[in-house]
Amino acid sequence: MELSDLQPILEAIIYVADEPVRPEQLKEIFPGESFDKIETALQNMVQDFNARAGGMWIREVAGGYRMTTRPEHHEYIREYLKSKPGARLTMASLETLAVIAYRQPVTLAEILAIRGKKSSTALHTLLEKKLISIVGRKHVVGRPILYGTSKEFLMHFGLKDLSELPTLEEFAQMAGAQL
Amino acid sequence: MEGKEDLNFESASSEMPGITIRLEAFEGPLDLLLHLIKREEVDIWDIPIARITEQYLEYLQLMKDLNINVAGEWLVMAATLIYIKSRMLLPPDPTTPAVEEVSEDPRTELVYQLLEHQKFKNAAQMLYTREEVENAVWNKPPVEILESEKDLVAVSLFDLLNAFNEVVRRFEEAQKSMALEQEEVSLEQKLAEIRRLLLVHDTILFSTFFSQSPSKRHLIVTFLALLELVRMREIWLYQKKAFDEIYITKGKLKAGTA
Repeated sequence: MELSDLQPILEAIIYVADEPVRPEQLKEIFPGESFDKIETALQNMVQDFNARAGGMWIREVAGGYRMTTRPEHHEYIREYLKSKPGARLTMASLETLAVIAYRQPVTLAEILAIRGKKSSTALHTLLEKKLISIVGRKHVVGRPILYGTSKEFLMHFGLKDLSELPTLEEFAQMAGAQL
Repeated sequence: MEGKEDLNFESASSEMPGITIRLEAFEGPLDLLLHLIKREEVDIWDIPIARITEQYLEYLQLMKDLNINVAGEWLVMAATLIYIKSRMLLPPDPTTPAVEEVSEDPRTELVYQLLEHQKFKNAAQMLYTREEVENAVWNKPPVEILESEKDLVAVSLFDLLNAFNEVVRRFEEAQKSMALEQEEVSLEQKLAEIRRLLLVHDTILFSTFFSQSPSKRHLIVTFLALLELVRMREIWLYQKKAFDEIYITKGKLKAGTA
């Protein structure tokens, strides 16, 4: 199949998908095509699609490609949908999540040491929202539960993968300047 | 801890719901300290520990006056501050040999803790901003793919009658060893009951559906109620393959809209 034939199909699949589409999933649909070719078609398509600067764009989220509206149009979309902004995570939850994201896998005691505050309520909220998950148990006395971030975390914050997060060093420098 | 009784703080966790006000402005003792240090515009590496400790304790008193639930970690921090303050007042130990390195500033550990905390507060702020952007984008709502549209087999009336026949046969077998009170049930009652069940369960196995029926009349009314709900498209019946178990699941139409 020519790249030019492949591209519109990939675009259509990303449109109908409920979750970010991973290149491996596309490979399954085109068993006759090489992975490299699919990747090339995907990248060309995404580039062309986004170059239109239309109301939709395709982004890399949680290891796949996802089509969403552009954030700059949110006021009009909200007006049309008659929707209010969704409930936000509290600062306490976000801080706990930040500790987990950067220090994973991490135990509750380790989170407490950094935040200087009990974090079980925040942890419960994050588990409930599936932003974090239990990734194992630490091989120390009491075998405490280890927490890590989930795919849902990447989707919630529009991240391609964890490496897209700024480094802790940047925040440390910022902290040094603030204090 | 000594100060605990003196100040009469509640030691219960601040995360426990109660009638006392929950502390939202400062999330924890480190947040309060950062606030005080920023407000006083002092150098983090040279914190005037006596002044900051005094202010910290004033806040604790204020929180107590406002009936705010003060968790244990606030008292631990108060104790730490008082300890650092006392260490700084002590003259250097004259017995310590002079060759030893200059003793460490008692504030250092706290400073690192504060910097670490500020670092993660900044990271949390970054997540907050990202969440805000993500809240401003929409993706297409999920396509509703009914399981029956995948590779499930639609149930014919004959399958249904067969299945029901099986239910009746099992019931009669069980009946031999059971003597149950006969209770009448109307079709309306049964319809309401099934709708309630489907609010809780997405899918129910046809055979287990009848397991609670106390009489043959019950079985028949239940069966008629199912047929009625299928007719009104409130429920779907499907099999994973022909002649397999029959499943009951919610249809596209909500109760009462048909």
